[in-house]
Amino acid sequence: MEQTVANDRIMVHVTINGESRQALAEPRTLLAYFIRDTLGLTGTHVGCDTTSCGACTVLLDGIPVKSCTILAVQAAGHEIETVEGLEHNGQLHPLQQAFWDNHGLQCGFCTPGMLMTTTALLRSQDDVNDDDVRRAISGNLCRCTGYVNIVKAVLEAKSRMREGG
Amino acid sequence: MNLDATETQPLGKAIKRKEDPRFIRGQGRYLDDIVLPKMLYMAMVRSPYAHARIKSIRVEDAYLVEGVKAVLTGEDLASMNLAWMPTLAGDQQMVLATGKVLLQYQEVAAIVAETRESAEDAASKVQVEYEPLTPVMDPFFALSAEAPVLREDREQKNNHIFHWEVGDHEETDAALAASAIVVKEQIRMPRVHPAPLEPCGCVADYQKSTGKLIWYVTSQAPHAHRTVLSMVSGLPEHMIHVISPDIGGGFGNKVPVYPGYVCAVVMSMQLGRPVKWVETRTENVATTNFARDYHMTAEIGATEDGRVTALKVSTIADHGAFDAAADPSKFPAGLFSIVTGSYRFPVAFAEVDGVYTNKAPGGVAYRCSFRVTEASFLIERVMNTLAYRLNLDPVELRRRNFIGVDDFPYQSPLGWTYDSGDYEKTLNTALDMIDYRGLRSEQQKRREQGELVGIGVSTFTEIVGAGPSHTFDILGIKMFDSCEIRIHPTGKAIARLGARHQGQGHETTFAQLIAQELGLSAADVLIEEGDTDTAPYGLGTYASRSTPTAGGAAALAARRVRNKAQQIAAHLLEVSPEDVQWDGSRFSAKGLSSRNVSMADVALAAYTNLPKGMEPGLEATYYYDPPNLTFPNGAYIAVVSIDRETGQVHVERFVAVDDCGTVINPMVVDGQIHGGLTEGFGIAFMQEIAFDADGNNLAPNFMDYLVPTAVETPRWETGRTVTPSPHHPIGAKGVGESPNVGSPAAFVNAVVDALSPYGVTNLEIPLFPWKIWEVLKQHGLTES
Repeated sequence: MEQTVANDRIMVHVTINGESRQALAEPRTLLAYFIRDTLGLTGTHVGCDTTSCGACTVLLDGIPVKSCTILAVQAAGHEIETVEGLEHNGQLHPLQQAFWDNHGLQCGFCTPGMLMTTTALLRSQDDVNDDDVRRAISGNLCRCTGYVNIVKAVLEAKSRMREGG
Repeated sequence: MNLDATETQPLGKAIKRKEDPRFIRGQGRYLDDIVLPKMLYMAMVRSPYAHARIKSIRVEDAYLVEGVKAVLTGEDLASMNLAWMPTLAGDQQMVLATGKVLLQYQEVAAIVAETRESAEDAASKVQVEYEPLTPVMDPFFALSAEAPVLREDREQKNNHIFHWEVGDHEETDAALAASAIVVKEQIRMPRVHPAPLEPCGCVADYQKSTGKLIWYVTSQAPHAHRTVLSMVSGLPEHMIHVISPDIGGGFGNKVPVYPGYVCAVVMSMQLGRPVKWVETRTENVATTNFARDYHMTAEIGATEDGRVTALKVSTIADHGAFDAAADPSKFPAGLFSIVTGSYRFPVAFAEVDGVYTNKAPGGVAYRCSFRVTEASFLIERVMNTLAYRLNLDPVELRRRNFIGVDDFPYQSPLGWTYDSGDYEKTLNTALDMIDYRGLRSEQQKRREQGELVGIGVSTFTEIVGAGPSHTFDILGIKMFDSCEIRIHPTGKAIARLGARHQGQGHETTFAQLIAQELGLSAADVLIEEGDTDTAPYGLGTYASRSTPTAGGAAALAARRVRNKAQQIAAHLLEVSPEDVQWDGSRFSAKGLSSRNVSMADVALAAYTNLPKGMEPGLEATYYYDPPNLTFPNGAYIAVVSIDRETGQVHVERFVAVDDCGTVINPMVVDGQIHGGLTEGFGIAFMQEIAFDADGNNLAPNFMDYLVPTAVETPRWETGRTVTPSPHHPIGAKGVGESPNVGSPAAFVNAVVDALSPYGVTNLEIPLFPWKIWEVLKQHGLTES
């Protein structure tokens, strides 16, 4: 007879947006659901079951990962950044500001994933052009904007960040 | 640079969106973000077969899973008379299967448990024994005598759903017979799915103590959903409170009522606890309403010098297992009768036959005003064929047949009165933007060097804004829309509309529209939609109807407010109301403009210092029944090249010039165009829900159902002409769907043009590289 009771839970400790959090998770729980349902940060969205859409993108030790594709227990002991961590001291991140200024979002569902992927891009690359941005977000689907204003926003954020030192 | 919402006289300005601050912070409140105390989760058991008889369902093992609260089957629902529900098309649809399943992934049982995981675990424990039957996947076979009858619940023992026709059959046949030139083409628009990034879902929260159901649902039409739910469930309508929270895209997918919604409501009522159901992507793409699946044959007659004489169209429409088309009731083929497009056809005839097959039910208007994409694709493709037959440039053929600027209002042979347009001007703007002449000579040169280069044109006319109540209803409810505006004592306002945006930016654009009418800024006007306990009744947001209908209501409600405000202003200015003038921002005494008051001054007086006998307060509601539909139009030009080795098409340029009448916010309009063009690109090149002969869905997820990413999406170039609608209160026509309606034909016409020197006149979408490569191979055009 197959075991039908819930699996034993494991304590998972993570640092998320600079805050130390710990909670129980089933071994099979995906990081996306751990972040959303257990830690209550619902800015990270789930839009597919196949690691295709990128709405769930978060930064794991600074690297963009689709949080529906790793287990919560694999993230134990690591540092996670989500969209909720972008704003600092009431100041929007330059990417958030640029998305707003350039109509880089419509329904807003893909936006958190887009922001996280491009945050990592702008941290890792000093000089980006249109093609670089498009390649970077090729794992993040948007059904509303046709990507035009997302790309524009990222390029503008980069130049603002450079000007801002 | 886009402007802040504090800008005054905001109509026509690129005001930054008021909804964005929450979305960029990850603080939107989408359906799955809603968590209620003691909430349960629901999962569905689904059929692996497209057509099978259910021999038995055993649910005992599911109850062994920890946390399971209830299992619901079709038999359980049948005992409540809820095994079937009505569709918006007047058919009925199974909620949970009884007897037979009619499509792969069909809902067979629902499980409710304490967690998502337990519900899913338990769903896998339900044992269903099936007897597989032959699936009917081809709509033409479905109509044959040999095809098994799929719908045993109907008296009619075949798979034919409806026949619909419009126009003059005899005259059209006679005109075709008398025409010097006749071209005939078969055009197929395959089955696609709107696939908004957020799937569908709901939280049903029935509160036994009050008898009230609070129903959070991803709904593009919350009031209509309330009425339908009341009819289905028997719950009194005032005890149903529908809340449509932030919606992660709709595109028509969130118009119908789905089986999961009904199950969640039933389970919440039985268990007395909130029940959440959220689709997986596979459930979304494989079971919720599809779009298109139109198989069309068209004939155009013309004179030797390229004047069109007649159009005849026959269509087989595959509606899947249940006719769940979300069309206005009198239009089983939607507004397909816009098929004569931008051209002066003296006569025309169109007929559509709806057919059942073993596929998901539908079809919905996927970013389109009810089958307008199909109609537009057809006419723009077949006009292209006619141009080749006449050896005329496709631009010249269009010019010879355009409805002229002086022909408006234009009466089409299929019954519509086009409101306005200047097709020549719109086309010329596009031709100038892309340097059409230069492009054609460059194409000639590149062809001589062996390149496969094509230019495609589409000059389409849409029909949106359903609609006038004499013609348009859904389940009897007239398709008006509404707006209620309240001005607070300090001069700030709240406006509620019967529409429900899903990314279109209503919180900004309707604020701009109302602010313009009242001399306020968009920042002063809060827009609220999607709550049926507070918003006035409306039919929702789809078919580009928000601005033509709810937008009209907003303008006229604001003018009602302004009329009362003028009376109060007269009192404040101590003159008679006739001696008060409004300059767009202030009321002043005629001939004495230094004596003036603002809307805020008037608002305060409405609560503190009224003329004797006047009713206090400053608010108005308007239910707007539009006198006609609106007819946005555009001219699109695509330039493509084809890789001979791979069959890959590269879109080198794409110019889109749209005429949507008065523009409320150019930034938002451009955004709508970019998004719609991208969906049109997906439809032309990538998106298809295909099936194998056994009825297996071959694209039930984003690995196989390909939607455009940033990498392959072309770089759009947009332009605009403005021909206001003469009957809309601010002259606006609606824009969200034009690019998706007009662009697929431009892409295909361009690819056909690239291959036209080799005799190709028709290609079937989507234009996958392998398909193009086969055509290249056939004509000896592949390298190596």
